[in-house]
Amino acid sequence: MIEIAKYVKAESLEEAYQLNQKKSSTVIGGMLWLKMQKKRVGTAIDLSGLGLDTIEETEEEYRIGAMVSLRQIEQHAGLNALTCGAAKDAVKHIVGVQFRNLATVGGSLFGRYGFSDVLTFFMAIGAKVELYHRGILTVEEFSRLPYDRDILVRVLVPKKAQKTVYLSQRNTKTDFPVLTCCICREEEELRCVIGARPGRAVCLRDEKQILKDGITPESAASFGAYAREQITTGSNLRAGSEYRSILIGVLGKRALLSIASMDGEG
Amino acid sequence: MEEKKLSVINKPVRKKDAMSLLCGKPVYVDDITPSDCLIVKILHSPYAHALIEEINTAAAMKVPGIEAIYTYKDVPDNRFTMAGQTYPEASPYDRLILDQRVRFVGDAVAIVAGETEKAVDKALKLIKVKYQVLEPVLDFRKAKDEPILVHPEENWKALCPVGADNQRNLCASGVDEDGDLEGVMEACDIVLENTYHTKADSQAMMETFRTYTTIDTYGRLHVISSTQIVFHVRRILSNALGIPKSMIRVTKPRIGGGFGAKQSCVTEVFPAFVTWKTKKSAKLIYTRKESQTAGSPRHEMEMKVRLGAMKDGTIRAIDLYTLSNTGAYGEHGPTTVGLSGHKSIPLYNGNLEAFRFRYDVVYTNVQAAGAYRGYGATQGIFALESMVNELSDRISMDPAAIREKNMVREGQVAASYYNEQMNACALDRCVARAKEMFRWDEKPLAQDMGNGKIRAKGIAMAMQGSGISGMDVGSATIKLNDDGFYALSIGAADMGTGCDTTLAQIAAECLECSVDNIVVYGADSDSSPYDSGSYASSTTYVTGKAVEKACCELKERMTEIAAEMLGCSCEDLIVGPDAICTADGSKRVSLAAIAEKSMNGNTKAVQVTVTHSSPLSPPPFMAGMVELEVDKETGAVELLDYVAVVDCGTPINSNLVRVQTEGGLVQGIGMALYEDITYSSRGKIAENSLMQYKIPTRQDICKLRVDFESSYEKTGPFGAKSIGEIVINTPAPAIAHAIYNATGVWHRELPITPEKVLMGILSHEN
Amino acid sequence: MQIELWVNEKKISADIEPDLLLIDFLRKQGCKSVKRGCETANCGLCTVFLDDKPVLSCSVLAVRAAGHRVVTLEGLQDEAEEFGAYIADQGAEQCGFCNPGFMMNAIAMFRENPDPTEEEILEYLSGNLCRCSGYEGQMRGIQSYLAYKREKGAAN
Repeated sequence: MIEIAKYVKAESLEEAYQLNQKKSSTVIGGMLWLKMQKKRVGTAIDLSGLGLDTIEETEEEYRIGAMVSLRQIEQHAGLNALTCGAAKDAVKHIVGVQFRNLATVGGSLFGRYGFSDVLTFFMAIGAKVELYHRGILTVEEFSRLPYDRDILVRVLVPKKAQKTVYLSQRNTKTDFPVLTCCICREEEELRCVIGARPGRAVCLRDEKQILKDGITPESAASFGAYAREQITTGSNLRAGSEYRSILIGVLGKRALLSIASMDGEG
Repeated sequence: MEEKKLSVINKPVRKKDAMSLLCGKPVYVDDITPSDCLIVKILHSPYAHALIEEINTAAAMKVPGIEAIYTYKDVPDNRFTMAGQTYPEASPYDRLILDQRVRFVGDAVAIVAGETEKAVDKALKLIKVKYQVLEPVLDFRKAKDEPILVHPEENWKALCPVGADNQRNLCASGVDEDGDLEGVMEACDIVLENTYHTKADSQAMMETFRTYTTIDTYGRLHVISSTQIVFHVRRILSNALGIPKSMIRVTKPRIGGGFGAKQSCVTEVFPAFVTWKTKKSAKLIYTRKESQTAGSPRHEMEMKVRLGAMKDGTIRAIDLYTLSNTGAYGEHGPTTVGLSGHKSIPLYNGNLEAFRFRYDVVYTNVQAAGAYRGYGATQGIFALESMVNELSDRISMDPAAIREKNMVREGQVAASYYNEQMNACALDRCVARAKEMFRWDEKPLAQDMGNGKIRAKGIAMAMQGSGISGMDVGSATIKLNDDGFYALSIGAADMGTGCDTTLAQIAAECLECSVDNIVVYGADSDSSPYDSGSYASSTTYVTGKAVEKACCELKERMTEIAAEMLGCSCEDLIVGPDAICTADGSKRVSLAAIAEKSMNGNTKAVQVTVTHSSPLSPPPFMAGMVELEVDKETGAVELLDYVAVVDCGTPINSNLVRVQTEGGLVQGIGMALYEDITYSSRGKIAENSLMQYKIPTRQDICKLRVDFESSYEKTGPFGAKSIGEIVINTPAPAIAHAIYNATGVWHRELPITPEKVLMGILSHEN
Repeated sequence: MQIELWVNEKKISADIEPDLLLIDFLRKQGCKSVKRGCETANCGLCTVFLDDKPVLSCSVLAVRAAGHRVVTLEGLQDEAEEFGAYIADQGAEQCGFCNPGFMMNAIAMFRENPDPTEEEILEYLSGNLCRCSGYEGQMRGIQSYLAYKREKGAAN
């Protein structure tokens, strides 16, 4: 279990950032993952006094504070309308309501966990993260960065028309996923994100123009096969690499067909 | 005994403790014991097999607040077993409290006791141990006669002739047979042979293992523990600590689930040792990780089944070889294995001409196994029921029909069940009722739904026992008190099962009063009448009968006093809810008045203790049917419907038998589909938390439809048999059957995960 | 560290370690209904309300509850008795160790969604593990409680 020598409820982001420069410091999110670590934290930095627990809506985007809970994401009408309910589908399998009331968007994303439904979802819908020091970059870029001592302040979701579908395969309903798949189709591009490979989520685009004539059962299957080819998988307790690769093809195809059914294509 | 109209039996009586539990009252070990005691924790071995070369506790002892640290050098050299069984135990005496040789990842290396959890945690890190790491025995298939020995020690001993030999890594071995097996096999049209494998599943009761110990007013060790077996704990502690049993008192408060886990003495010895040494109170609460890795899980078993049958489906011969993995220690090893044969083969007693049941139980360097609901029967039934389903497929016979043709029936004597006669058996009615509820005959084995899914059905039957015949002892003390209420004292342990209430129902039925007029107390090794404990599905059948007999005797005693008071003869009197009176009601004395009389110038005790044991262990029976859908592309299995019909004799509490059944089914579903225990190449368990060991959530199950077809077991109280264990036995074989029907692939190893299902489909297609 | 918070509407001041978890703080305050069933935030036994929201008290630092309102089953005895009776009538409490967390989350559900569908019930309570009951008796109890509430609502 984690040991904490000092707890500071930060009064400003600057204070949090400065405190976090020490290697022994840790920013605490929902604490769900952190508390299981066998580690000694010098200073635990709490961002909960900085008003980052709300989802603000502007003309262009949703601005999701780092301390917003997964339950808030699940229940947010605007986000769910924008993503065709994928926001809820992405988090509803995560343990239970009491867990999701604690787990934060910031903690879920900052960890860039391989198993993360949240990373899969935000990457697919083209979200950006606002880091206190580095500034704004896409979740996709962020996912590839090494861990540093920056602070994730917000997640920004552009209000672009999209069709999004979130699928996951799990051994039990509330277990970690064996594989996650989120496909988001905007006017200019289609992103297919596969997570729980079990490595971090990766994003694939239709670079081979497989879907240029629309989503049909054939083109969806081809795209699934393409994704399966392109994306590497591994093995862990939950499943082996070969099974995961097969699932990429299946879930990729199904997500596309489900998008097609939303707008009557295919 | 004639069946009279029952007023309390088979009614949905509320559990006596229900509202306390639901309102969160402090009733469990950690709630009712003081927190200002020594906190005890265990240093566990990181190696599967090693000798402790050096162990240095000096630095750890310097941590402020540390009271004591014990190593193998400090404990008695008396080998004992932690298995809660009747003495002399079948389980070998193979343990020390702490041993120089550690035998699995998680084995106890040192005991640390200190004032605060933080101090103890710190001290644990400061104990320096130098291990001589030894090659472990990890493959239970190779353990027998392996040159590496798990228990080479000289003072290892088996108290009973169970075929144990520590120089061969054998915890037990044996054979039971009847008839000319090979001759009958040769005369069969079909002989099928297959191997099945079940894992070391964890009971995962919500309350982990925990014990509080203190020294009482008389200088005796008082152990307050979450245990199913207060009397056995007393003996085990006496063996382990080398102190007289008279110096030990064991009591149990409410227990947060057991399922057999707490039929082994998992935590008790450690704080007991601390308290005995320091004379200070101590508490040990196992974490979930400890419960998962240093607990008492199900015995992993591999079963080779050979089945001889005719083309018309007549099952004539069964040959079963079970290899059971008891892990590092032999708790329940020699006994669980017996059930894999003795509680599976008798199901097909109908036309059985010969059987052979052979077994070996081996030691390995993994977590020691223990008792888990079903106790070997679950494993054996998975194997045999799967095999019968394979036979039905091979000869294209309806899998229900093949059972109807061969199943055991009332009145039969089963050679494979200790030559016991089946006095009460409604298995035929269970199958018939299940077929009706499920609409079995209207549904195909499998049906392509056209949406990428295949819907399929599966079936299994099950049996268990009711107590251990000729061994289990149940007792009850019933006493009349002022105001005319009764106090029932028992040594059986209500672990959520509701036996405090069901035994009170039996008493109330006998005493013609309401359940509320009976208070129940148990279990306390000082004051409760002797009871083997709550395991082996014994409480209702064995202790329940003791209650019935005790109440009948008490009625006689009370009647004698009443007769004196009323000046009439006992024969003229009838015991009623609150009074004893003559048949015409002309003479009447209240129970309150009898109680008062009994406390004033009286020489007749209005208290009776009766001890009961049964030469029989009448099996409960059941049928289970499942409907599920397999996703052809992902291998995901979605349960749609589960029908279970049980013959537990007369149900004592109609609510509790239902909930027992539902709970057992769900545990069986978890076992079938995802509960898994796997080891690293060095013997470490991966599924060491509820994050990795996945038990079913309420979203993972389906509608469970439960019904009862009662037989009347004349040796049980009001015709009752048992319900606790049998209910876990049907899901695994029924689900494996349905998955075969959906995919054409038999899964003979549990759990059957989506990955295995899909990879099975793909290899079957190729 | 010094903290001040409300536990079951009672204001409490305490001096605590920064890494003390809310579950352990509450048990020390006598709220023994709060149970620990795992170390991995999977079982739901430790559910309490933090500012009316059900959370896992095993994963909340006690210091983070400073200035907030915490409610345990000790503070909801009337509701527990009213709803609990329906679970008791099914025999679905069984060993009882998961009951407090289950009761808390069920009460949270009733407050948030007074007339949930079966699917909503399963989803809302999926974070409450129970190893004894097989969940079906709990569902029967919830459904009969909801029926009683609807009847009572209609009568008023």
